[in-house]
Amino acid sequence: MGIPISLNVNGKTVNADVDPRTLLVDFIRTHCRLTGTHVGCDTAQCGACTVHVNGRAIKSCNMLVAQADGATVLTIEGLAAANGDMHPMQAAFKECHGLQCGFCTPGMVMSACELSGQLTNPSDDQIREALDGNICRCTGYHNIVKSVKSGLANMAK
Amino acid sequence: MNAPATPQQIGASVRRKEDYRYLTGAGQYTDDINQLNQTYAIFLRSPHAHAKINAIDTVAAMKAPGVVAIYTGADIPASVGGLPCGWLITSTDGTPMKEPKHPLLAQGKVRYVGDQVAIVIAESITQAKDAAELIEVDYDVLPAVVNTATAAKSSTAVHDEAPNNVCYVWALGDKAAVDAAFAGAAHVTKLDFVNNRLIPNAIETRACVASYARSDESYTLYTTSQNPHVERLLMTAFVLGLPEHKVRVIAPDVGGGFGSKIYLYAEETVCVWASKLINRPIKWTCDRSEAFLTDAHGRDHVTHAELALDKDGKFLALRAQTTANMGAYLSTFASCIPTILHATLLAGQYTTPAIHCEITAVFTNTTPVDAYRGAGRPEATYLLERLVSIAAKEMGIAQGELRRRNFITTFPYQTPVALMYDSGDYHTLIDKAEQLADIAGFEARKQASAAKGKLRGIGYSSYIEACGIAPSNIAGALGARAGLFEAGEVRVHPTGKVTVFTGSHSHGQGHETTFAQVVADRLGIPMEDIDIQHGDTGKVLFGMGTYGSRSLAVGGTAIVKAIDKVVAKGKKIAAHLLEAADTDIEFKDGKFSIAGTDKNIPFAQVALSAYVPHNYPLDKLEPGLNENAFYDPTNFTFPAGTYICEVEVDPDTGSVHIERWTAVDDFGNIVNPMIVEGQVHGGLAQGIGQALLEGCVYDQETGQLLTASYMDYTMPRAADLPNFDVATTCTPCTHNPLGVKGCGEAGAIGSPPALISAICDATGVRDIAMPATAHRVWQAMQKSKAA
Repeated sequence: MGIPISLNVNGKTVNADVDPRTLLVDFIRTHCRLTGTHVGCDTAQCGACTVHVNGRAIKSCNMLVAQADGATVLTIEGLAAANGDMHPMQAAFKECHGLQCGFCTPGMVMSACELSGQLTNPSDDQIREALDGNICRCTGYHNIVKSVKSGLANMAK
Repeated sequence: MNAPATPQQIGASVRRKEDYRYLTGAGQYTDDINQLNQTYAIFLRSPHAHAKINAIDTVAAMKAPGVVAIYTGADIPASVGGLPCGWLITSTDGTPMKEPKHPLLAQGKVRYVGDQVAIVIAESITQAKDAAELIEVDYDVLPAVVNTATAAKSSTAVHDEAPNNVCYVWALGDKAAVDAAFAGAAHVTKLDFVNNRLIPNAIETRACVASYARSDESYTLYTTSQNPHVERLLMTAFVLGLPEHKVRVIAPDVGGGFGSKIYLYAEETVCVWASKLINRPIKWTCDRSEAFLTDAHGRDHVTHAELALDKDGKFLALRAQTTANMGAYLSTFASCIPTILHATLLAGQYTTPAIHCEITAVFTNTTPVDAYRGAGRPEATYLLERLVSIAAKEMGIAQGELRRRNFITTFPYQTPVALMYDSGDYHTLIDKAEQLADIAGFEARKQASAAKGKLRGIGYSSYIEACGIAPSNIAGALGARAGLFEAGEVRVHPTGKVTVFTGSHSHGQGHETTFAQVVADRLGIPMEDIDIQHGDTGKVLFGMGTYGSRSLAVGGTAIVKAIDKVVAKGKKIAAHLLEAADTDIEFKDGKFSIAGTDKNIPFAQVALSAYVPHNYPLDKLEPGLNENAFYDPTNFTFPAGTYICEVEVDPDTGSVHIERWTAVDDFGNIVNPMIVEGQVHGGLAQGIGQALLEGCVYDQETGQLLTASYMDYTMPRAADLPNFDVATTCTPCTHNPLGVKGCGEAGAIGSPPALISAICDATGVRDIAMPATAHRVWQAMQKSKAA
């Protein structure tokens, strides 16, 4: 039978009995029906599944949901304000054209948001190094770097 | 460039309408879509590159928990066809290309690692996976044909129909004229090289949700496609024999394609077929390991090429022999990539009077190969631009100078390889690129690098591209089995709001914004009043989809033609309302007016009259304001550009760092510069990926794919790439009303030779194979030193 778990996802408590091998990303997508978190690979390389667990950006394909029992999870759906206004990082990605097909975007944005506490006025090279865990096939990263720079500046305001 | 009249119109960097949903997690990709009572499928795949199937035992698997059905090749009825190839190439000896059947599920033999053997359908994905492990397949493993260069000499045949593994031998150009020119040449530059095989790797893997409704005998397929109508036509008419009007194909948000989602694949076809048998929806989502094995790969050419020059560096002739790997089966457009989309590009930007190219296409026990961003044109550009760069070195002529001596300067220009360039200005492109790249300062930068113990080099590439493949009748004469037009519909609602339906498909390109700008510009109404719909055969009248940088040039033109019809009808309605003659009505800035007067009616009022036709010329005009158009271009469009790359190489490790990247492109008129720049950036990243990082490697003995995950196949990451200096020039396309040429593939086409030439310039090595990994560069430098 399943394992009982309880976690907070985007401010809501979620209780469930889960198959022990359920990955956090599958739980988020299938049980919580939050499909903004994507699966782009099966080796924890692409970062499309990045969410925040207890404030840290992690790859949700690389963690069992049972390991997140009791945790606070933030997904891309929980980032914008309740009235729909985008988070400064989301707004920066739109303004700087930091996305094309949008598939890697939620993971990219969640990774970028985590940098807010870590990097102050980062250089382009620092941002590029910091995005090491997220692959984008569309943009060539040029505009993602611009977006993250702008988003971090706006978050610091 | 054309300056925008208002912040929303043609020429303005309008922020994208589609971004909010992508940024907030509200995008709807195929795997996000679920149907009631849905089942889950996985495909059992061949672990061998080439094997005979003696038996498949599914008894234990069928008893596993949750299993709904298992089908193998034996269950597919004889009436079901193989996956078709959309382009017939005829060999030089007059025989048609070899077209072995591409079965939906393996029939007696598997021909590459990943070839689909069975579909397992269960109540959950984990149950399907568990059950698949219980299937026992008895294989007799056969020797595998893996190597492109030697496939035609192999004693093993991938298909009985092609005993020497040759699919076709095709040629273009005047061989006698080429041979004569070579005989009199002052200098000949020769090069043998491999255009490395690539794996597309859109971050969204392929997926589908297929369902069947007994109530009206209809099918619905959600799938990751760049061209849902083409997918439906091929699937219904050529494979499953289903009534086309009873099949709805929806390609919702699609997470990148780069060519790999053009094709009709076995998986979605089998799911559609099986959904009727089990009378339940079936969902299949490819995992990344499967994607590496089964998404059509790109490139994989082995080439010998020669360029003949006179003593002043004028190009006299070019000849090339290429072996192109088709993989185990012909994918949807595989056959036309090394031929129609490659050999025809070999004039490049130059006046080379005689060109001959021979292509031998071979079957191997590897994943099918088809179009990947650029499709044939990157291979042609690499061939030509590497020869030109080496020739310049050998003759002691500056890279820019040798190119300038050979540029085409008058248009239209008929090349010796079939194409007729309509417009271009190659001198302006290279002038601007050299200025932006600060060529004058290169020597100083080189010395500064040397002072740090680093080697600095510079490389050029002046590419030509042919976009918006057309026209249909000529393509048909060359073997195309499809039309190459595009369709569009402009539906004006009674309140003057507009929904546009386009047969193009957006999977990152931003059509919802760019196309809306075109409509806003032409109709003089706000962007917010326009909605662009695409990707659904149930909504869109027809479509050929998005590939070959054709969306705006072909799909956008279809919309413009439909708008022209709306305006023409609107003028008649306005004439009636204003009590004027039809011919006296002008349409400008969203208003119909009587020429020379201030009497006018806004667009929305005309729309309302069309739907509430009380004061309306019903005796001569139908109510309503809804028009569609099909546009078949009269020619390709010809974007061009010059790219200049500057690298620093560490002589101790061979590692390459890109210091500067300059890209100057001529895409004709530009609707949204922000989106165009983004397309260039993305193309450059893929081209740089090919040249520096990405290499698909098969075990040459077993045919196992050794680079089958992101841990083995190096995808460009943020720190691998520089910031790009991009700029544009403009010579409008002469044969479409928008004057646009297409920008989606340019970066991937132009960039590899610039990067490799820069590394060669830095290291003094004559040539280096792609991908130029640190290991390869270091080895080449040692070998060069030893020599």
